[in-house]
Formats: sequence, structure tokens, C-alpha cells
Amino acid sequence: MDLSLADEQKQLQDAAERFVRDKYAFENRRKIAATEKGFLPENWAQMAELGWLGMSFSEADGGYGGGAIETMIVMEQFGKGLVLEPFLPTVVLGGGMIAAAGSAAQKQALLAPMIEGKKQFAFAWLERQSRYNLADVSLKAEKSGSGYTLSGHKGVVYNAASADDIIVLARTAGGAREENGLTLFVVDGKAKGLTRRDYPTQDALRASELTFDKVSVGADTVLGSVDGAHPVVEDAVDRAIVALCAEATGCMDAINAATLEYIKTRKQFGVPIGKFQVLQHRMVDCFTNAQEARSMTLMATLKIDDKDAVVRRKAASGAKVQIGKSGKFCGQSAVQMHGGMGVTDELSVSHYFKRLTMIDLMFGNQQHHLTRYSNLAMAA
Amino acid sequence: MDLVLKPAHREFAEEVRAFTRANLSPATREKTFSGKHYGRDDHVVWQQALGKKGWLPYTWPKKYGGPGFDVTQRFLFENVLAEEGAPRIIPFGVKMVGPVIYTFGNDEQKERFLPGIRSSEVQWCQGYSEPGAGSDLANLRTRAIRDGGHYIVNGQKTWTSFAHWADWIFCLVRTSPDAKPQEGISFLLIDMKTPGITVRPIIMVDGAHHVNDVFFDNVKVPAANLIGKENEGWTCAKFLLANERLGIAEVPASKRGVRSLWQLNDDPSLKEKIADVDLQVQALEMSELRALSTMQLGGAPGPEASILKVRGSEIQQRIAELAMEAVGEYAAPYQPDMLFRDTNETPVGPDHAPPAAPRYFNMRKTTIYGGSTEIQKNIVSKAILGL
Repeated sequence: MDLSLADEQKQLQDAAERFVRDKYAFENRRKIAATEKGFLPENWAQMAELGWLGMSFSEADGGYGGGAIETMIVMEQFGKGLVLEPFLPTVVLGGGMIAAAGSAAQKQALLAPMIEGKKQFAFAWLERQSRYNLADVSLKAEKSGSGYTLSGHKGVVYNAASADDIIVLARTAGGAREENGLTLFVVDGKAKGLTRRDYPTQDALRASELTFDKVSVGADTVLGSVDGAHPVVEDAVDRAIVALCAEATGCMDAINAATLEYIKTRKQFGVPIGKFQVLQHRMVDCFTNAQEARSMTLMATLKIDDKDAVVRRKAASGAKVQIGKSGKFCGQSAVQMHGGMGVTDELSVSHYFKRLTMIDLMFGNQQHHLTRYSNLAMAA
Repeated sequence: MDLVLKPAHREFAEEVRAFTRANLSPATREKTFSGKHYGRDDHVVWQQALGKKGWLPYTWPKKYGGPGFDVTQRFLFENVLAEEGAPRIIPFGVKMVGPVIYTFGNDEQKERFLPGIRSSEVQWCQGYSEPGAGSDLANLRTRAIRDGGHYIVNGQKTWTSFAHWADWIFCLVRTSPDAKPQEGISFLLIDMKTPGITVRPIIMVDGAHHVNDVFFDNVKVPAANLIGKENEGWTCAKFLLANERLGIAEVPASKRGVRSLWQLNDDPSLKEKIADVDLQVQALEMSELRALSTMQLGGAPGPEASILKVRGSEIQQRIAELAMEAVGEYAAPYQPDMLFRDTNETPVGPDHAPPAAPRYFNMRKTTIYGGSTEIQKNIVSKAILGL
């Protein structure tokens, strides 16, 4: 048992901190969000150069042999700066699933260029009716000749407009909401029959609604086994959840720091409002919530590679419950303590609040994961 | 960074487990799991067994006769003891006055007092609170006036846990009434057998007798029992409170509480409430491990320990509340025999019903003692946030 960072991990933390300080001053971020892609290709290239896109993959897969701890370290800093580059959909989800389920040829064709910063991914799983159920998939992939034809709809697909390839979760067998019968396909972002409706999200990211109208793909686009995608997806999503928890921890640190600074300087009744005990105690509660979020994120990060799937799932759900709870508390409290300024677009506080709120909704909110955790704990 | 136990640590945990199974009285163990109250011997016999093994002052460094456990050993030791149903170690000697003596005492005092704490031959209690000095501890009025080689002590302490069992009391006393509140306080050790000391029980909401009033009427205390310098006792007081806050998070006992909630519960409407408190315990445990990890790198626990106390106490209350909720209306029968006495009678209702409501009532104390939640938040606000 050891809770201290290794030297290289400390260096990574410093580098990520520096990146955020240099590139993501609040007004700078506003400009990045307004660009065509919603992120800066030059930042992406720099992340590749710094080795961040490959750090969590094994050396056999062309990576640098790190893991969940490295992902946690950078995601936390990304949270502090509300970084917009598509690290989560490309590296954590896309790269993660290719590393877990891809063939040697797929790793060569997809993972290697991703690590060099030359390929980006999106993960299309959600449909209108799915809510948080990863198995509620009706987009159909039907066998046709040696390949498949994909028809149906996918929603809120982050980074779809910039992705070279979209990893699509499709139904190849079984009924609605059945875990068996799901298959992953790596679909070219410019495939014939694939149309996009692009939009910004509440928190200044980019996402799309995708319509698949008889999109033909070859058998070599199947990622992993036919009909057997569910466990791969569940595992990848759990890893993404833990990464999101780290991002949320960074958001909470930043929003708490901004609020603390504000209540020390904002004066009413002739004194800084931080002199009032009712605000002091609320600020302490924010601080406590962020501490607990950090503890649960660390716990989940250290358990997400456990051999036992139940341990991994409980860890991810447990951390997501905490992040939902703490994120809501810190976000709402920050807005309240900022008064009217908290509900303007002008200060960073509303932007952190929006990101924290969206993180809770991603891959299952607090209530969803509380139910998932309790079902797993009851079964044990 | 990892949570993996090294083989040596795994062996250590097994050694602690085997020792506990061999040395903890089955009757004491049974009381833990059935929610009965312990008698003095349940604590003392067990602590003396630990003392003989050299493990009792498990938080002490080797230099002062402790086992010098690292963070992982300390974590394992506390958890295995809780899992095996050992009573918690009474903190007054081991966690409170012991570290004060080895940090601020002179060599003679160390030699005189530390061995009795290590062996648990001598039981201690804590003379801090007074009727007019609760949250405002520095307002204490118990007077100690120097008279040659002695102090003459007059006044009253209250909420004194286990004063009726204790051989000695460590007291905060006022030695200079004219100074600022914090500056005229001294830290004094007093033999409970000294003439002029009276102990009066206070019966608590659950019917139990744990705490007392302690009255001092012209009690003559040798000046050699003063720890540190006269009028500088507040330094010892604060040092001790920070240590106390770390201990009263009570994570291992809360883990045991959560396990039993999962086992006892057959009401589906409770399962998400249990899951919620289960996760709160995990967050607290990880926060405590992080704090210990920092301590291991040097330094005493600072104000951040206040957060652990706040959350730990709220969690203990929540577990007690859910245990009562799980019992439902069978929490109503008041069955003191099942709580305080050895009896062969079967309880009214389920086995776990008798302690459920009393424990819920009693646990309300946790957010009040050792510095109330509100005081802890004041401390964090001032010391960490700079407000």
C-alpha cells in the first residue's frame, strides 16, 4: 500500500499543470471554444508530443506502459482548466476499447496513429431511448455479403465531427436491452450513408446526432467478437467514468478556489462576506466535498485494474456517486456564494458549474450508480 | 501508488488476527456483535493482553516503547481488531495523554507515567470540559493555585468519560486568572485517589453510565505533575485535540457497522440508503489513509483532521439511524438487561433489536463531543481556508 506519486508521475503532473496554465487561461478557453472544431489541433499535437496520448497503453500496444494513475493525473489538470481537446472520447474510450478488444492489425492501423496524434475517435453508444442502459441498443447491423449494413440512430456522440473513425455499438442479435448480441464497429467518419447533425453542448464541447442509413462496412471493421461487445463496453465505460471523476475533482478544486477568493474580497455590510459564519461553514462543506471526491477518485483509480469485475464495477459506480454528489454541492454552492455574478457567463464559476453538471449526467448519474452499486453489494 | 499489501504486511495482519482470536475473551467479542455495553474488565483485560505483546500504544514510535508501526500496519491493526470484535482501545492514555507526556514532559515524567499506559495497568480520564467551558474550552475556571511544592485545585470538570474507572485524570486548570483565556492554562496530572475528589455519575439518554461530573475541593497536587511550563498548557491541549480528532473518525467500527447493515437488511427500500453510507465510509477511509500517508512523511495531524472528525461522526450517526430503521417497530421495547447485564433470556423481537434505538440516541453525542461539528468547521475555516 502506497499513496505517493512516483517521480515520473510528479513530473507528469507538473507538465499537465503547466499546459493548463499556459493554454487555458479563462479568456483563452473562450476563444478555443469558439473555433471551428471547438479545440486546437496544435494543442492536440502538443499532447502527442508530450506522450500523453500513449502514456496509458502498454508497450506491446505501442504505448509507454502507464495506466489509470497517469490518466487520473492529466484528467485532474484538464478539469482545472476545463480543457476542450477530445482526450476522453479519443484516448480513454476509443483507444481503450481498441487496446482491449482490437486485433493486431486494428491496433496497428488505429492505435499507433492515435498515439502519434494523427487519428481521433468518437464513441457512439447512446440512443434516444437508452437513458443509462448500455445494452439498450437498437441500431441494427445486418449481415450483408462478407460485411454488414448499419441502420439506425445514435445520439450525443462527443467529438463525432472531428473523429476519423466512429466506434459504433450496434445490435447484431437478440432483443431490445439484451446484453448478448451487441457488436462494436469501427466506422469511417465519412462513410456513405452516415449523416451528422452537429451542435455544441452546454459545457462548450462538441457532439452530434448520427443517422446511419444502410451504411456498409467490411467484416474487418468489427472490433472484438461479434455479439460479445457488452463486457468490453462496460469495462471501457467504467474506465471513462473514473477518468471523468478525476476531471471533476480538478473542476471542484478550481471552483472552490474561485469561490474562496471571491468571499475573501467581496464586501457587504462593510466586511468581506467570508467573515460570516454561515458562508464559512458552507465553504468548509465545499472543501470537504472536494476532499471526498478526490479520495473516491483515487480509490477507483487504484481498483479499476482489479482482476475481479465486481470490484472494478463497484469502484467506478462508487466514485461516480461521490462525484455526482460533491459536484452538485460545490457547483450550486459556488454559484450561490457568488450571488448574481455566479449566474453570469462572465466569470469562470458558471462554466465549471456547467461542466460538473454534465459530468454527473454522463454514463449514469448519481442515482443510477447508487442503484448499480447497491445491486452489486447486495449480490455479494 | 497502489493498494496492494506486501507479503510482510499480509503476514502481520494474520498475526494480529491470530493474536486477537487467542486473547480476546469470547464474552467480550459477543458483546461487540450483540451491541451490549462493555464492563471495565472487557477493556482492561484486553488492553493488558495487547500491552504484554507490546502492541497497545500502537500509534507510538519505538523511541517511547511503541511498536513503531508504519501507516499500513496501523491501518491493518485497527481494521483487524474491529473485524474480530475487539472493543475500541480507550483513547485517554494511549492516544491522548501518552503523546502529550512524551512530547512535552520531562524525563522523570516519561519514566513515571509511560510504562503504566503501555501496559494498561493505569487507566486515565480526561478533565477538559466544564459546565461553563464546552465549545469555548478556553473559558475553563478550575483553579490551581501554587502553594510551595504543590498546586491546590478547586473546581468542576464534566462529561468525564470513565472517571469512575480511572486511576488518574489529566486536567486543564487555570493557573493565571488575569492573562488572556488561552494564556493562563496549565496541564496537570492528578491521582484520582487524592482526597477532595468526588465523582458523580451522569446517566445518558440510552440509560448508560459512561460519563461523570468530577468535583475538586482543595485537592493537593504535587507540582512535579505539571506537564510543560505553567501557563503554557494550551499548547498541550491543542496538540491533544488534533490527535483526538484523528482517532474519533472511527472508520474500522463504521466498516463493521456497514457490514452488519448489509447482512441484516432484508428491506429493499433500505438498500440504497445503505449503499450511500457504505460509500461515505469508503471516502472517509481513503481520506484518512491520505492523511496518515502525509503524517508518515513527517508532522502531526493538523486542522485537516477536523474534516475527518466531522464526517466520521456523521457517518456513525447515519449507521445507527439505519440500523434502527431496519428493526422498525421492534426498536420500541426498552430492554436494559439485554444491554447492560449477562442474561440467558431471549430478547423481545429480533436479536439485533435491543441496542438499535439506544445506540441511535447515544450516537447523537458524536457530533458534539471532541469539538462539535460547528467548532470543527470554525477551525477549518480559519486554519485551512484563511477566512
